[in-house]
Amino acid sequence: MGYITINNRRVAFTDERNVLSVIRKSGIDLPTFCYHSELSTYGACRMCVVEDDRGRIFASCSEVPRDGMVIYTNTPRLQHHRRMIIELLLASHCRDCTTCAKNGICTLQKLSRQLGITEVRFENNKKQLPLDTSSDCVIRDPNKCILCGDCVRTCEEIQGLGILDFAFRGSKMQVMPAFNRDLAQTDCVGCGQCRAVCPTGAISIKQDVAPVWAALADKSKRVIAQIAPAVRVAAGDKFGIKKGENTLGRLAAALRRIGFDEVYDTNFGADLTVMEESKELLERLEAGDNLPLFTSCCPAWVKYCENRYPEFRGNISSCKSPQEMFGALLKEEARLERQKAEERGEDVKTTVVVSIMPCTAKKAEIRRPEHFTDGAQDVDYVLTTTEITRMIQEAGIDLAQLRPESLDMPFGLASGAGAIFGVTGGVTEAVLRRLTGSSREEDLEAVSFTGIRGVDGIKEAEIKLGERTVKIAVVNGLHCAQIVLDRIKAGEAQYDFVEVMACKRGCIAGGGQPVPIGPRTKKARFEGIYQIDNMSQIKLSNENPIVASVYEGILKGKEHKLLHND
Amino acid sequence: MERIADREALGRMREASKAQTAASRCRILICAGTGCLAGGSGKIYERMCELVKDHPDVKVHFGPEIAHGDGEISVKKSGCHGFCEMGPLMRIEPQGILYTKVQPEDCDEIFHRTIEKGDIIRHLLFKQDGIEYQKQEEIPFYKKQTRNVLRNCGHIDAEHIQEYIAVGGYRALEKALFEMTPEEIIAEISESNLRGRGGGGFPTGYKWSQVARQEEKQRYVVCNGDEGDPGAFMDRSIMEGDPHKMIEGMMIAAHAVGAREGYIYVRAEYPLAISRLKLAISQAEECGLLGDHILGTDFSFRLHINRGAGAFVCGEGSALTASIEGNRGMPRVKPPRTVEQGLFGKPTVLNNVETFANVPMIIMDGAKWFKSIGPERSPGTKAFALTGSVKHTGLIEVPMGTTLREVIYDIGGGIKGDGEFKAVQIGGPSGGCLVTQHLDVSLDFDSLKKMGAMIGSGGLVVMDNHTCMVEVARFFMNFTQNESCGKCVPCREGTKRMLEILERIVAGNGKVEDLDLLEELANTITETALCGLGKSAALPVMSTLKLFRDEYMEHVVDKKCASHTCTALRRFIISAERCRGCSKCARNCPVGAISGQLRETYVIDNEKCIKCGACESSCAFGAIHVEG
Repeated sequence: MGYITINNRRVAFTDERNVLSVIRKSGIDLPTFCYHSELSTYGACRMCVVEDDRGRIFASCSEVPRDGMVIYTNTPRLQHHRRMIIELLLASHCRDCTTCAKNGICTLQKLSRQLGITEVRFENNKKQLPLDTSSDCVIRDPNKCILCGDCVRTCEEIQGLGILDFAFRGSKMQVMPAFNRDLAQTDCVGCGQCRAVCPTGAISIKQDVAPVWAALADKSKRVIAQIAPAVRVAAGDKFGIKKGENTLGRLAAALRRIGFDEVYDTNFGADLTVMEESKELLERLEAGDNLPLFTSCCPAWVKYCENRYPEFRGNISSCKSPQEMFGALLKEEARLERQKAEERGEDVKTTVVVSIMPCTAKKAEIRRPEHFTDGAQDVDYVLTTTEITRMIQEAGIDLAQLRPESLDMPFGLASGAGAIFGVTGGVTEAVLRRLTGSSREEDLEAVSFTGIRGVDGIKEAEIKLGERTVKIAVVNGLHCAQIVLDRIKAGEAQYDFVEVMACKRGCIAGGGQPVPIGPRTKKARFEGIYQIDNMSQIKLSNENPIVASVYEGILKGKEHKLLHND
Repeated sequence: MERIADREALGRMREASKAQTAASRCRILICAGTGCLAGGSGKIYERMCELVKDHPDVKVHFGPEIAHGDGEISVKKSGCHGFCEMGPLMRIEPQGILYTKVQPEDCDEIFHRTIEKGDIIRHLLFKQDGIEYQKQEEIPFYKKQTRNVLRNCGHIDAEHIQEYIAVGGYRALEKALFEMTPEEIIAEISESNLRGRGGGGFPTGYKWSQVARQEEKQRYVVCNGDEGDPGAFMDRSIMEGDPHKMIEGMMIAAHAVGAREGYIYVRAEYPLAISRLKLAISQAEECGLLGDHILGTDFSFRLHINRGAGAFVCGEGSALTASIEGNRGMPRVKPPRTVEQGLFGKPTVLNNVETFANVPMIIMDGAKWFKSIGPERSPGTKAFALTGSVKHTGLIEVPMGTTLREVIYDIGGGIKGDGEFKAVQIGGPSGGCLVTQHLDVSLDFDSLKKMGAMIGSGGLVVMDNHTCMVEVARFFMNFTQNESCGKCVPCREGTKRMLEILERIVAGNGKVEDLDLLEELANTITETALCGLGKSAALPVMSTLKLFRDEYMEHVVDKKCASHTCTALRRFIISAERCRGCSKCARNCPVGAISGQLRETYVIDNEKCIKCGACESSCAFGAIHVEG
């Protein structure tokens, strides 16, 4: 508690952990590369330096605020140092901005413009290093790395993985997996959180835009899009739409304009997941087997569990993830149509399923062997929100200017329970709604107040189902998953149902979402998802009439084959 | 070895060890410091042992004060004597005779003449200005020093704990355990004004008091033996020559702050120091001076040794603790400071070897005694590694506040050869230069800081007029650049660019703007780097640029290096008066840069010339020389 004088203005502080936070609170956006409020303070970029009244210069990210401090944030000395730091970074940076994946959203580019760098007086004599394109999810380009360590700390501190670290020292330093292995040869789960924090183009999304454009242009193909819950609250970011606003209708309009034949909602797939997973939970509770039941919607989590805790593999739900359930269903429908058409002797178009996802790990999920039916991939391509944004921009469409359109039927109808899959706790809440089976407002509220909502890394809840008290844990961030799994292993905790989302706050902050994803953005998206649920007339997955009709129709007798992994 | 159960037992052991030392009528101390070992002192030691063994009948004849008849001869490996230039060294006690540059072939003569008959072998004595010095203490190099921390170095056998105990070792520990409370120990150290010898000069007592008042009870004492400055070997000499003194200091610190475990971080390049420390620890453990219930008290202390992995930056506190923890050795942001969250996140006393070695003396002789040496604000002595163009190089210890002139001329014997004093580089890669006008500046923390230099860990490189200051700056920048951990941008990228510019200048490709750019970079690095090493990385350049700007300008504008150090700037010319036109130079030139007619003056094409100097050395008439 106290006051700091920042540039001659008194600013109050309370529990801010460093001077930088107080400065930012006061409305001055001091530049940084290596500071993230959710990570440990690294203090390497030195961009946040400030000067005090005695002329001492220090980094504000690592200084504790003290009452009576007098600081200046923009003196000529500081300006000089910041410019010099940017110039030094640029000098060793591969400056092919125009062709870089992060062109326009790169922090280095932004700050160099902001600070008016017009000349780099040093020669770039850095050796060109090879790219790591081995992962299905992200690409590493060490030539663009500015060694801020954000990816290293995110992978270690948030995800508990430690795939990336520093190697060599001084100007020869590099970020790489141990022994410079390819990412694909490591335990990397593809969550893409390293990409989400990377200020430059050193880690970027593996692009699948080109084959989708080709499919869209191919007259013999019927291209179907399914849009994940978290995409709609982030897709507006690059079009000046208010953060967190639901852009589903406008996305549908945009996707049709760029050539998609049908546009559906992955929330419908989520409704199917709720049906199957609730059933599975009841069965396991009944049998007392394989408890806790772990959710399986998050492919990064599934991979993490397989890599690091193989002993829990049997606890993971056999349910496919929403996009895969939906993909399998769409492909099955297409197969039936083809059969019918062939019987009639007619030609049919080949169905291509494209998932629009907030997630980079989904790109790897669709290639897993269990997601092939009769030798064909259930989902053909995954485009992240960032990629679809680019495609819309490339087509010259301004999402903000479009009039919202409804999705295609029948799979354009979904419940609010499906929508909340986009945030941590959503899957659990949806399953609990289904199990309590009531859509009365007070019952819905009772479920939402069990403690499963919120941004904590580990949330615990108990709910009465008939005679039985079901113990639940809701986890986001793989480091938290590690803690929970270790506790279960050690017998310190017992749960019946555990939901895990690899990314902090869930899919809204997924590795494929538009960046930057600061605290305000995360909050807006979080609220946006619940807003969608609030607005939906159907709150329970089992009350979705389309769900009932597919169980009666196309899914009949094939539920296990299409919706589960063996 | 007997276990020392309590204070009385330690006293008994001390008496017994003293008696044993006294019993050996003649002690032959052969320097087994790294320098002398490299010079072959290991062989000398073996030979002397053989000679002593083969001649059990030899009685020592050593002048009137030594009784004939019951002579016993002991041959010991001592630590570094400091006079490394004259090594291998052999000291013969009780006379205090110092033989210099001893070779294994000299051993027989030493044994049969000096040990057996008491004769002095004159050619092995140190000579200066026509005077022969028989006794070590009379040699000007030693006479002008105040060897407190290094008192035992070279005088006791570093491989036997009894020798240290015999000269009063572990008495300070006794006093600290039985006669003082932890608070009193800290008060005494604070009162003494002892400041960290690792370079920072932080008050040691204050550091300890900060650790002592932390809520967390698990605490550590860590000794920084990662002496990384090029040419500095003060800490090495202490670890090799008197390891117990430092260990005792650590134990007193541990008792004062309530730590039960300590770590010594030694650079891996010091294998001898590591093996001596290991031996010292195992001997202390064996006799119960390390372990549980030391001397029967509640004080328990264990010591571990960690070897560094060759990174200079691990001399920085937080990088050092990270390295001990098994992490990458990189400094972290502070706060929290090491005293709050140091090793394994616990409060940690982290001091340098020399600092710990000062502690037992302060406890024994009191803060008042300590403050009587040197200036009030930085009292005590400081060890320096004196190297460069000075006549007598080696390890010295002088009171803080001694002037550079005294160090260079009185102890070092002045400038070597025909050179003239030009500058002293002090503080290694983190330090700066002092020139003639600074010769009378007092060597202490505060005075040097004012001069834009620092004591650092204590490297003193004396340079004469044959030294190119731009090259000196380049050398240190090359070192810093190689040793930068790479974490913060100013140090990682800035030092790289500074080195590039300096390399450009010494290669004759510098521009005048480069000097401004150097200053700009130096300024940003100094003011924004993350750790102390980064902040001081540009000091050697800033200091030389300030004091020797002319020399930089000469390199940049005239493309000349007055000291002829910078190869690329040399211009060989053939003097028309001396050249006889023999064509030898042209035949020796590897690139065909020399042409001419026989019996006429030859000419060098400086465009083609690669400055190798083959012509100069081949000319029989001395007709070729470097211009300038």
